[in-house]
Amino acid sequence: MQDLVNLFVKSIFVENMVFAYFLGMCSFLAVSKSVKTATGLGIAVIFVLVVTLPVNYLIYKYVLTAGALAWLDPSFADLDLNFLSFIIFIAVVASIVQLVEMIVEKFSPSLYNSLGIFLPLIAVNCAILGGSLFMQERGYETLGQATTYALGSGIGWALAIVSLAAIREKLKYSNIPAPLRGLGITFIVVGLMGIAFMSFMGIKL
Amino acid sequence: MDKKIFIEPIFLKNPITVLVLGICSALAVTTKLEPAIVMALSVTIVTGFSSFIISLIRNTIPNRIRIIVQLVVVAMLVILVDQILQAYAYEVSKQLSVFVGLIITNCIIMGRIEAYALGNKPIPSLVDGLANGFGYGLILVALAFVRELFGSGTLYGIQVIPLSWYSVNGGFYENNGFMILPPAALILVGLIIWIQRSFTKELIEK
Repeated sequence: MQDLVNLFVKSIFVENMVFAYFLGMCSFLAVSKSVKTATGLGIAVIFVLVVTLPVNYLIYKYVLTAGALAWLDPSFADLDLNFLSFIIFIAVVASIVQLVEMIVEKFSPSLYNSLGIFLPLIAVNCAILGGSLFMQERGYETLGQATTYALGSGIGWALAIVSLAAIREKLKYSNIPAPLRGLGITFIVVGLMGIAFMSFMGIKL
Repeated sequence: MDKKIFIEPIFLKNPITVLVLGICSALAVTTKLEPAIVMALSVTIVTGFSSFIISLIRNTIPNRIRIIVQLVVVAMLVILVDQILQAYAYEVSKQLSVFVGLIITNCIIMGRIEAYALGNKPIPSLVDGLANGFGYGLILVALAFVRELFGSGTLYGIQVIPLSWYSVNGGFYENNGFMILPPAALILVGLIIWIQRSFTKELIEK
């Protein structure tokens, strides 16, 4: 239990998807103009990460990794399908996003209207695929660990985009040199936020 | 052929500093020149050929499932690049870690397919893809040059700042450790955008 809490806190603050690995930057910069839309996208990312990462974990563990297919037939014991992981992971992400979109549309039209436009965007958000690839590279051992990591990194991403959106709303009233306005100052602000997040480094529970 | 297809993505419509596409991987791999150059090459190749292939089959893809078809084509090319890197440049492929896989979701590739390859002939699409990859690579190499020079005092792994300058050897110089940290990349991109926009007024945002 303790290592799960540790992993959770670590994936939110220390190994923040945005500030430590720059994942999901494109939508992070494009959709952070107002707090309201940023919150919507943040929630959508948490949701999709928590759904896709455990699915990808199970596929990785029981189909893709070296010798994983041994449960099917002992002669598959030395089969290694790792090279297929990119295409399988992205196919899972794209189809789950499609599925989630249809389910949300059917059962909660109001949520669909607020998330609707972001859901297709999320299929190509690097944070989602990145989560699955990190899960594979770091070799998380249990389903619990994979899910905790998904939840933590999703919350970390949402936290980052909401706080950037809040800063950008205030930035509108500042007198910034003309060539730096918009994109330029946003990059610098994200850099400064990154420095702030580095103070969490080395924290262990 | 129109020269504009090739020139524009490099400066006026640079994917990173103007269109804000493909930032995700651009920042993480630029602490050293070598991985940055490998990454730039891989992205250029994948962007060029995925645009080319999608453009070849653009009239047969059903509109509703086009995103998945595009992802499959891109993922296939990325798997090829990844396998080649693991075979011939294992060290670099380890340094790039998950970022090779993340080329699949690099927004430049999907962006160029959606915006250009779906409506144009294969050869211009190939040129457009390669040019965008090149514009991306240019920023990557510029960033990596600054970060490696000031962060480690080396270029492409070769010591450029004389060892006798360092304060451990009785000199006056210290490497700037901040340069190899993640936030430095973001601030440097901000500065590059600032410089570019000071020279091209039409890019300034209101």
